[in-house]
Amino acid sequence: MQRYLVRRISLFLPTIIIASFVVFGLMRFLPGDVALVILGGDAEQEGFYEEDIENLREQLGLLDPFYVQYGKWMWSMSSGGYGGESLFTNEPIGEIIGRRMPVTLQLTFLTMTIAITISLPLGVLAALNQDRWPDYLARIATILGLALPNFWVALLLILSLVLFFHWSPPIIYVNSWQDPWTYIQIAIWPALVLAWGYSSYIARITRSNMLEVLRQDYVRTAYSKGLAQNTVVWRHALRNALIPVITLAGGYFDSLLGGTVILENIFGMPGMGQGIVQAAVVRDYPVIQSLALLLVLLALGVNLAIDLLYVFIDPRISYT
Amino acid sequence: MKTNGSQNQDYELLPQIAFRAQKNWRGHVWTFVRKKPLGATGGLSLIVLVLTALFAPLIQTFDPLLQDIPNRLHSPDSQFLFGTDPFGRDMFSRIVHGARVSLYVGLISVTLGTTVGTLTGVASAYAGGKVDLLVQRVVDAMQGIPGLILILALVVALGASLNNVTIAIAIAFTPRMVRLSRSQALMVKQEDYVLAAKTIGASSVRIILRHVLTNSLTPVIVLATGYLGTAIVTEAGLSFLGLGVPPPHPSWGGMLQFGARQYQEAAPWLTIFPGTALTITVFGFNLFGDALRDSLDPRLRGR
Repeated sequence: MQRYLVRRISLFLPTIIIASFVVFGLMRFLPGDVALVILGGDAEQEGFYEEDIENLREQLGLLDPFYVQYGKWMWSMSSGGYGGESLFTNEPIGEIIGRRMPVTLQLTFLTMTIAITISLPLGVLAALNQDRWPDYLARIATILGLALPNFWVALLLILSLVLFFHWSPPIIYVNSWQDPWTYIQIAIWPALVLAWGYSSYIARITRSNMLEVLRQDYVRTAYSKGLAQNTVVWRHALRNALIPVITLAGGYFDSLLGGTVILENIFGMPGMGQGIVQAAVVRDYPVIQSLALLLVLLALGVNLAIDLLYVFIDPRISYT
Repeated sequence: MKTNGSQNQDYELLPQIAFRAQKNWRGHVWTFVRKKPLGATGGLSLIVLVLTALFAPLIQTFDPLLQDIPNRLHSPDSQFLFGTDPFGRDMFSRIVHGARVSLYVGLISVTLGTTVGTLTGVASAYAGGKVDLLVQRVVDAMQGIPGLILILALVVALGASLNNVTIAIAIAFTPRMVRLSRSQALMVKQEDYVLAAKTIGASSVRIILRHVLTNSLTPVIVLATGYLGTAIVTEAGLSFLGLGVPPPHPSWGGMLQFGARQYQEAAPWLTIFPGTALTITVFGFNLFGDALRDSLDPRLRGR
């Protein structure tokens, strides 16, 4: 297990390094001068001097060669500086992350909890009632969940809350520890919207895997030795159907992260996604690259965690 | 006339062969409609979409950019079919023109990603060795970056415009195509006909283009069609965040961002119509793509 962990994490390194090159390279090598952006664009119009630009470039370290800039950034990322500070608010990026990361983590956690509690029973129910009305209902719900763009669902949700209940979610965000009730009133909506999409995906895979597993010999054996249906379905069949479900659910985590980016903006949740979009609008390069790299790390970490989950679910798998 | 068995069989086969040869495209379409009613529905909505996009200037009831301030936030009626937005622009005409933006981004980005991805993947598989290893590492890393984050970073770097959004979506799609076509090509590479082509002295380029590529195409087409809907939603999402197609262009996502939030109570049509257009389009692409996948590649059925 330890050796596997070490090997698996060492495989991450090249991925992380290349990903950091991509993120960093994009921010530095493509058109758009950071110094000009900060000073406000056109030199003649704004009335600043060439010297100002040069000074600012010097100050931002833009005159260093590429590898020095990259080295500085990576060093700062790994030693807890998180790439300096915001160009516009001068807030240290470490603080931005400390403020925003928990919001996103809580939202994804809430979403996944809702998605799993809905989708697994739904998938099993659909498989047990193949081609009967529970199956059709589940299929309609999941097809819609996959096809409806989540930001539109979110807008419709807010619209219908306002129109039918004359109520809209609180606009000012509160920390979940300070005021859990208000937090739930805000966070439950984006979590539900995201969970619809996510659970549609999981429920469909669960259904098709259960259908396959339910036709296996060992399921028939379990039935014929007189086990109750619940025992057969939940202990024997579902456990065997889960492995591919978990793999694919992990692959879908990327989409979930993408979803949080958009929904955090709609519901005014100050998470990583909202941060990256706000930084993107004003081209706050250091913030974008550091937040992006952290989200990459988060996605990779989740995939690792899922690989380790296999061991607990399927005793046949052991990483030795 | 019966002389021996084999001749007899030949005679029995004849009418069938003749029938198959006669089956023209109309026959194929009819079979598709009968066997895949959902896919055909999807296909039909796509045809409507393409026609709308092609003939947008003829369908429009107003100029989509014309600002008619006295009639701002006008509710839907016989004159303004889908109402008007906060600038008094006619929503129906804007949505009709929005079809052009969506289709453009979807088709171009998928074509671009597919072309670059397939060529890279097949070449990488064929080259093998260090080249292959390097390409695979880069592809892994690109896939490790969550799609929307990569696209956001690209759009920021390139600047928000219709073409840059298209390119960004294409770049995010390319690694998946590289991986798929590479694995396909690795299988095809082992086939005897590739060896045969090599033996008669065909050049590498010829083998890659004529043999390996053509025989790896089916799953590539399936993945590409499946991604069309995703590409369109991604563009809408970016425009919705204000980082996609810039304002005067009528993009469905942009319309949802502009005014839909502020005027949601006063003007719900600003939210409902662009979203419906987007959903029908994505739905059409998904249904059509699923049916196409089932017909082309029975092994993937039900996945």
